[in-house]
Amino acid sequence: MDTPAMLEVEDIHVSYGRLVALRGVSLNVGEGEIVCIIGPNGAGKSTMLAAIAGGVPLQAGTVRLGGKIIAGMVPEAISRLGVSLVPEGRHVFGTLTVAENLRIGTFQRRDRANVNDDFRRILEHFPQLRERLGQPAGRLSGGEQQMLVIARALLTRPRLVLVDEPSLGLAPRLIDQVYEILIDLRRREGLTLLINEQSSDRVLKFADRIYVLRSGRVQLHDRAANLREGHAIMSAYFGFQDRHDAPASQSVPS
Amino acid sequence: MIGFLQNLIDALSLGSLYALAALGIGLLFGILRLANFAHGDFITVGAYALIVPSLDVTAKMFIGHWPLILMIPTVCIIVVVLALLADALLFRPLRRASAPTLMIASFALGYIIQNVILMFYGARPKAADLWSNLSRQVEIGQLRVPQLQLVTIAVTIALMILLTLFLRQTSFGVQMRAAAEDFRMARYLGVRANFVVGLAFAISGLLAAAVSLLFLSQTGQLSNTMGVPLMLFAFIATVIGGMGSLTGAVVGGFTVGLISTMLQAYLPPELRPFRDAFVFAVVILILLYRPGGLIPTKALVQRV
Repeated sequence: MDTPAMLEVEDIHVSYGRLVALRGVSLNVGEGEIVCIIGPNGAGKSTMLAAIAGGVPLQAGTVRLGGKIIAGMVPEAISRLGVSLVPEGRHVFGTLTVAENLRIGTFQRRDRANVNDDFRRILEHFPQLRERLGQPAGRLSGGEQQMLVIARALLTRPRLVLVDEPSLGLAPRLIDQVYEILIDLRRREGLTLLINEQSSDRVLKFADRIYVLRSGRVQLHDRAANLREGHAIMSAYFGFQDRHDAPASQSVPS
Repeated sequence: MIGFLQNLIDALSLGSLYALAALGIGLLFGILRLANFAHGDFITVGAYALIVPSLDVTAKMFIGHWPLILMIPTVCIIVVVLALLADALLFRPLRRASAPTLMIASFALGYIIQNVILMFYGARPKAADLWSNLSRQVEIGQLRVPQLQLVTIAVTIALMILLTLFLRQTSFGVQMRAAAEDFRMARYLGVRANFVVGLAFAISGLLAAAVSLLFLSQTGQLSNTMGVPLMLFAFIATVIGGMGSLTGAVVGGFTVGLISTMLQAYLPPELRPFRDAFVFAVVILILLYRPGGLIPTKALVQRV
């Protein structure tokens, strides 16, 4: 590692009843890095982020943030340590105003003095939100809601932001906009990002490193630069043995 | 016409009690998905807190004789502490339990409270005189209205305004509304689950204490199951209002009060003993046409 690991996930196992979602996944994210997890539907990507954020219990393995074990802590405690999850499907508080949505995450901050400055600064990245602060968040369009949840996560003043499929259900133009903002925020605010995506072409352009997750296991892990050419990523994603093979039988070992 | 107006004020006053009780139930339901059937027994405890524990038939006032400025906060504190204890000892260990489990647990809590009261205060209903000077009537034009009804309506309106201000203007209130809509997301943003739930229990207890005092001063009678019918009607109020919606709970409370009072007034005398059956029939009709309640919430659907 050329950067010190901020987040270390070690061999975690998660299941929902008899359904096994993660079978021993390890991953790390360095300070200031953008790391992407890609993989098909049901690969365990969302579970991965929820497990880091304390939303689902681990059967085995551990998670460390800055060397400190956070596995087993409640989600609000992990949030207070600086991990902010932007879950899939947006989850705005629809009956609350846009401003109230944004303020939720600031109530637990100890640096009260900076909150108003942050509020102003972060809204500069999201001009559409600034005009609609007094409106119920439920009335925003899908794209605006995605902006809102990202801005809301940032206002908790996180060290690490976990973003679960930000492109889901958005028009391509909006997806580009969301990613431009995320990349811009990394540059200007020094954010560390762990992002889930289904498709690889977009994230390969800006991610530092990529993990390919399938059937609850890491199939491939490399620097994005090494993956831009070649078929390794496709093979890992679809589970081909190598590129000359026909698709391997999709039976999932249990 | 005068008769109708008189009935309308009766309905408002009864609806106020139902609305306050329904708010207490709705608040907890919104956040915890707990249908708290012990809420009526919280109300009972608030009323019994006023008197000296004894098995005598006539109640001797204890806290009830204190000056208002001491008596009201003391009763509120007692019920709030009871509600917080219920959370800490019973509902917190059940945090991951399903909604039916929580409901059954609240039934059990209710029975325990009823029987503890039975042990210390005896089984017979007791007469208790609280604020009987408020039963004097005020004349407004041709209307003759007991002061108590006006006080009840005024207190209810004041509490609803305070609750609304709390939920809209304070950071705790905003956190509670967020938690009611999407508890998990709120926690991901640092909202402390136990704190928000405790707050909801405390406010629910506060509302129950208010109902205790208003209800006792209206009926003048204590019994260890006095809160049960209130809870039942308040629960129905939250259902026809739309489970999980606080506005719905208030609208539902006044609706049930209105239906109940008007049926009492206008049903043929021989049918009046069956008034509640007619109330429930109207409730069924409302739910047939609006299964989600009068003011349905989206939050419930989103949670699934």
